[in-house]
Amino acid sequence: MKQTTDKDKRLGILNINSTDYKTRLSTRFLNRKPYQPSDPGTILSFIPGTIVDILVKRGQKVKKGDDLIILEAMKMQNRLKCPADGTIKKIGVKKGDKVAKGSVLIELK
Amino acid sequence: MAVEKKIRELQEKRSKILLGGGVQAIEKQKAMGKRTARERIMALLDKNSFNEYDLFVEHDARDFDMENKSLPSDGVIIGSGTIYGAPVAVFAQDFTVAGGSLGLMHSRKITKIMDHALKMRMPLIGINDSGGARIQEGVNSLAGYGEIFFRNTISSGVIPQISVILGPCAGGAVYSPALTDFVFVVDNISKMFITGPEVIKTVLGEEISMEELGGARVHSEVTGNAHFFAKSEDECFGQIKRLISFIPRNNSLRAKVSETHEPLNEYHLDKIVPDDPTLPYDVRDVIMAIVDKSDFFEIMEHYARNIVIGFGRMGGRTTGFVANQPLEMAGVLDVDSSDKAARFIRYCDAFNIPIITLVDLPGYLPGIDQEHAGVIRHGAKVLYAYSEATVPKLTVILRKAYGGGYIAMSSRHLRADFVFAWPTAEIAVMGPEGAANIIFRKEIMSSDDPDKTRKQKVEEYKAKFANPYVAASRGYIDAVIEPSETRRFLLHAMQVSENKTVTLPDKKHGLPPF
Repeated sequence: MKQTTDKDKRLGILNINSTDYKTRLSTRFLNRKPYQPSDPGTILSFIPGTIVDILVKRGQKVKKGDDLIILEAMKMQNRLKCPADGTIKKIGVKKGDKVAKGSVLIELK
Repeated sequence: MAVEKKIRELQEKRSKILLGGGVQAIEKQKAMGKRTARERIMALLDKNSFNEYDLFVEHDARDFDMENKSLPSDGVIIGSGTIYGAPVAVFAQDFTVAGGSLGLMHSRKITKIMDHALKMRMPLIGINDSGGARIQEGVNSLAGYGEIFFRNTISSGVIPQISVILGPCAGGAVYSPALTDFVFVVDNISKMFITGPEVIKTVLGEEISMEELGGARVHSEVTGNAHFFAKSEDECFGQIKRLISFIPRNNSLRAKVSETHEPLNEYHLDKIVPDDPTLPYDVRDVIMAIVDKSDFFEIMEHYARNIVIGFGRMGGRTTGFVANQPLEMAGVLDVDSSDKAARFIRYCDAFNIPIITLVDLPGYLPGIDQEHAGVIRHGAKVLYAYSEATVPKLTVILRKAYGGGYIAMSSRHLRADFVFAWPTAEIAVMGPEGAANIIFRKEIMSSDDPDKTRKQKVEEYKAKFANPYVAASRGYIDAVIEPSETRRFLLHAMQVSENKTVTLPDKKHGLPPF
């Protein structure tokens, strides 16, 4: 019998509803990112861009709504605001840094 | 004498313009492994069938020294010809003339041939090879793109529209191919993106090559923007001709009927599908065992491979095939495969092509990434497309058909005209293991030997539900058939459905989940 699939025989296992299926696994499936629950104390870059200015220092007490960082992306200067009252625990970037989307910028305590 | 002189004058004018951007620019084009725009048209159409229009069109731009620049035919060739004797309208952007950039007159030539194709109800083939908007012409270029997009949309579902990407196609220009029915790309030649690598680098600081960002492979394997991938322009033209041979000229006609040929002997339907529903096989072997001449023309071969779509002929009539592919991701429906299948089903429905669906899937793919990527609305596209389609819909359940997947894959409940099932079919809410774990949870947990009890209960469930007869007893399946009877049943069903008539409620348009 003719087989059209002799070029690639690498098979993996995909479990669906307690059943193991022998099958090829797609790149998209193998590369899927593990889920990370969001942490309100961590300020992430929501877009890739450049850190134009950092308006707070480590150890500084901050209030909800304070400006923390200016992130320039797509010719827009975005002021990242503090989501809750707290203290700056860590600043993960410095002025002029280019950051990817989802980089940790500031951690709050 | 005077007439001869005028004829000679015309010939001279023509031959000058036919050189396009000139010898040097043509050499440069060839060095990139590309043919010239005219050569492409000649390679695609029947010999001596091309009639060119608007050869003498020139731009009228006055800014940025444009008044001193002559752009032959304004960088685009339009006309009509035939493929296998059937008329088609064509435009091809000429990269040797100002980089194939789109100005006002360039766009007017394209929209002229588009209007023509729509009025004459014939297919439109657009060959894209352009650096983008002609910046010197400002908003007139943008207006030109808008006029093209509008016509793509209005012609959609009326005439076949085919886009061939044989060079760069960047920025707003990419939306014309995206609005057409089929997009053809060629390795190392096609480049499509909204924003190119340079902009991405300056704005976002991310580095990527053109090929990695929007090359032919990326669009065939990752984005799903392209439907056909070829290694050379010649292979690409062969694919276009093949596609044209399968589809009707417009939405009021049916595809040309060919002679009937039996499938090749080397495909034995009884032997392709393993009885154990967890084992893989290539569903294309099943299609090949059913279609005329075992000749199957696959579409989007490299994208979302867990579903197979494409054209074949049944008794000489073009038929669209949609089949779960157990060889890839167990044949599940997910975001990408749902999108791929739904669009193809709508294509077949728009152009009077009957659909045969081959079912063997464990259901929708579970996972946080799938849920967050919107598998609910993407998955719903399949239900929508099948329910809405009024062309003949024939379904064969080969093996497992579980849960939502069973309903989605052209079930009786979505108005399939015929549903056949092989004796290996298992039509149930889920696989026996999952079902037994839920139904008999208490018994399994309180048992002295939970594993043994679980196995027993799985067997019990299998015996009772993992078969086609429960569904057949309700009439959800029209016939349980031997695999070797499949072609005979399908051919007869096709014949019976030839004059299928259904009336749907009047509406302006529905709201498919896109």
